[in-house]
Amino acid sequence: MLSFALIFVASLFFTGIVVRVKSLASGRKGPGVFQPIRDIWRLLRKGAVYSRTTSLVFQLAPSVYFASILAAIAVVPLGSYAGIVSFSCDFVFFAYVLALGKFFCIIAALDTGSSFEGMGASREALFSMLAEPAFFILMGTLGLLTGRTSFLQIFSGLHIDSNLSYILVTIACFLLIMICMIENSRMPVDDPKTHLELTMIHEVMILDNSGFDLGLILHATNLKFAMYGALIANLFIGNMPLWGSVAAFFGIQIATAVVAGVIESFMARFRMGHNSQFILVLSSLALLMLLGVMLIIN
Amino acid sequence: MSFIGIYLLTLLAAVLLVGCLNPNGKSLVAVCGTVALSVVSSVPAVGALMGQTFACDFAGSFFTGPVRVIIDPLSAWFVLVINFTMITSVLYGRQYMQAYADRRSALSLHWMCYLLVHAGLTSVCAMHNSIGFLVAWEVMAFSSFVLVIFEGDKVRTIRAGINYLIQSHIGVALLTVAFVWVAMVSGTYDFSGIGQFVATQSKAACFGLMMLFFVGFAFKAGFVPFHTWLPHAHPAAPSHVSGMMSGVLIKIGIYGIVRMLILINVNYLAVGYFILAISVITGVYGVMLAIVQHNLKKLLAYHSVENIGIIGIGIGVGCLGLGYENQMLAIVGFAGGLLHVLNHSLFKSLLFYGAGNVYQATHTMEIEHFGGLIKRMPQTALLFLLASLAICGLPPFNGFVSEFIIYNGLFSGINASFSTASVLMFVAAMAGLALIGGLAIMCFTKAFGIVFLGTPRHEFHNEPAEFGKARLLPMYMVGILIVAIGLFPQYFVGAIRSVLGQMVGADVLQTVLPLCCGAMTWISWYMLGFVVLVALVYGLRSLCARRLPVAEGDTWGCGYLAPTPKIQYTASSFVRSYRRLAKPLLNIRKRAVDVEGIFPTDAAYSTEALDHTETGLIHRPLRVFRLMLSKLSFLQNGRLQNYILYGLLFIVVVLGVPFICHIIRVFINYLNTLL
Repeated sequence: MLSFALIFVASLFFTGIVVRVKSLASGRKGPGVFQPIRDIWRLLRKGAVYSRTTSLVFQLAPSVYFASILAAIAVVPLGSYAGIVSFSCDFVFFAYVLALGKFFCIIAALDTGSSFEGMGASREALFSMLAEPAFFILMGTLGLLTGRTSFLQIFSGLHIDSNLSYILVTIACFLLIMICMIENSRMPVDDPKTHLELTMIHEVMILDNSGFDLGLILHATNLKFAMYGALIANLFIGNMPLWGSVAAFFGIQIATAVVAGVIESFMARFRMGHNSQFILVLSSLALLMLLGVMLIIN
Repeated sequence: MSFIGIYLLTLLAAVLLVGCLNPNGKSLVAVCGTVALSVVSSVPAVGALMGQTFACDFAGSFFTGPVRVIIDPLSAWFVLVINFTMITSVLYGRQYMQAYADRRSALSLHWMCYLLVHAGLTSVCAMHNSIGFLVAWEVMAFSSFVLVIFEGDKVRTIRAGINYLIQSHIGVALLTVAFVWVAMVSGTYDFSGIGQFVATQSKAACFGLMMLFFVGFAFKAGFVPFHTWLPHAHPAAPSHVSGMMSGVLIKIGIYGIVRMLILINVNYLAVGYFILAISVITGVYGVMLAIVQHNLKKLLAYHSVENIGIIGIGIGVGCLGLGYENQMLAIVGFAGGLLHVLNHSLFKSLLFYGAGNVYQATHTMEIEHFGGLIKRMPQTALLFLLASLAICGLPPFNGFVSEFIIYNGLFSGINASFSTASVLMFVAAMAGLALIGGLAIMCFTKAFGIVFLGTPRHEFHNEPAEFGKARLLPMYMVGILIVAIGLFPQYFVGAIRSVLGQMVGADVLQTVLPLCCGAMTWISWYMLGFVVLVALVYGLRSLCARRLPVAEGDTWGCGYLAPTPKIQYTASSFVRSYRRLAKPLLNIRKRAVDVEGIFPTDAAYSTEALDHTETGLIHRPLRVFRLMLSKLSFLQNGRLQNYILYGLLFIVVVLGVPFICHIIRVFINYLNTLL
């Protein structure tokens, strides 16, 4: 319950920090940290326009997407404090329930019958498919390292003590940040600030959403950011006492947001054709980590 | 009267009655017959799952000896899975075949063979005698061949049917060799002979025997590279037959493999690694090819290959668990695999019924021609969506449950870290399963999105419309079970406990299974919570939206005001980036006529996805073979005189060879006397 509440709080300012870092890096003053959440609040109170082409699927999809992310957050623990539920292999549930949300997002985009949204849907389907093995190999590796099988047990059993484990945690951090950037359709895979539909992925899928639905989708992105931030934080929290883990949680969330902002400021978006190669590299990095862990164990 | 007597009499009565009635009566008899057969076989099956193994002897002939008929928990599980899908399939088929009511004789044959397939499938599960097993197997193979070629006036259908018949009999040939080998060693055709074989022969011989059985059964199950009949046979058959074949007929191959694993209880490690490796390849290869198909039923057929891979991963994990004597691993692996047998039979038959509705409404299976069907056929569309979500393994539906259990097995395999090789194998299997999941999502967002969503891409002769309740009823039956398994998995895992007891030993089960079922209870609560959450969010949205202005408009077109259905993304364009990425592994034939010049004439673009294994293992060797045989074609010159000469030569050879042999022998004897 605690982690759920903390992630929700973090989701309120996470994207704001990313935006603020980007504006500072480009020499602008930029909007306040809570501007994104104000925008969402405004959207939630607005009416909507639906395309005549769309069907029930389009109406249902944003709710399913949002609920899927809430359900995924429910299994994320805070160090040694469990999430709302915790059971063996809960990270499989985590990945698959997120995939369910994505499935609905994709078919909702196809429901509009627009050429742009079909394009976005196609890209989203491909890139998230490629990122899937990396996440599973990462979790398998952490499981092998700790000998446990659930998020809570893995994170509370994780000890960073040897030189090799510093390297492993660095790789794990990098992997999680990159998976986070891919899942949230940010740089270097996708550019949320682009104005050309042909270069968008996620943004182009939600062109026809408006009002409450759009608000849900945007806040889902914030939640997703904070959720991955929480996973990264968990790599470090371990068995800290309560006040320490809460402090570390927010510290690492802010650090992750700053890193995301810095990546977005100083990196260009990849060519669309190179994205799949880049995402596949993540799987091989995860394999590298696996080999490291096997070195430690033997 | 004995149980077998009742079963056979029911079958005989139903088969004879089918021939005498009008088309409506025929299908009614088929429905009643199927239900009756199911009830008769389900009674002992349910008993067996409860722990009362059913056994009796069928008199047999002097050749076979008494035929043991045993329904133990493993048989019972498959019998029940078969019965459910056979019932929904016959209910659906009764409506589906109304379109062919004018073909009376073909319908008679169809329904007779349907009943025979059902009896054949059930008997295969119960036979514990190799001759009886092979007879039941043949009954099933032949009658399913007849079912496939219902529309035999089409060349494509008859070709697919013969392809199926031949490949299925290569499998039978291997099984026969294996059974005869066992009989030669043990002197009995009873399955107990396999136990004697294992006790007396070397481990290598047992491994060879297991491989013979595995490949023989793999032809039926559709493991890569023995799957090539499947993508031809499923699109050619009527939809309820495709659903039945994909749902239960190919599972009989899985039954055979699991049965042999129980009987040949050595070499679990080697066999486990082998099954796990081939299953991962099967799963990934199947779904990779499924994505690029343009024919809806062919796409589904390749997904059957994929799901056989997933089932195989479960069984492989179970085998390794037995080999490493890790009971948790064994239980979880077999539980996942066996539960996926049921789950796949449900969502795959539902998908085929959905495809059947679409086919009869539009008379095409070409995905590129569809679009916007959800507005014309809303219930079919929602059921198809349900099955799509389930087949992708997404919560809260049944596919997730079995895949989750298999993941559990893979993770406990990684954690147990028996050896470096085992860790790498389990990680590869897990990454493979994750990749399968991702690819399946891509495939079914394409299948559902392009077929049912958007605007229509094609003008059909008749406007597609939803079908009546009678046709949707069997689909809802399957749909309800899909949701039930998804939301309350603990009861279904509990149902297979006696099957697992048979695989790993009942005493072990007491300690390990509660752990597994406990996790299932969590899953159940979590799934229910998720459903409630979705309902809450949607309810909140509806509540908020009630007070707000809602308008309707055109899809946003970037300022373009005259959108046509042609500007939508098509199925090919949806998977284009994937196709380019996977190009080295796929075999795609592309024909393109580009637009050229100032006054371009017609342009064209078409792609066809071929199967590497089919071209490499079947077409190319056959071509070489035909080339070699063509050298002998001068013999077939059409002259009657020559043919008489051949006959004469044959007689001379037949008479001459023994004579010459005799002379040689006499000569050798003569030489011997000289020495």
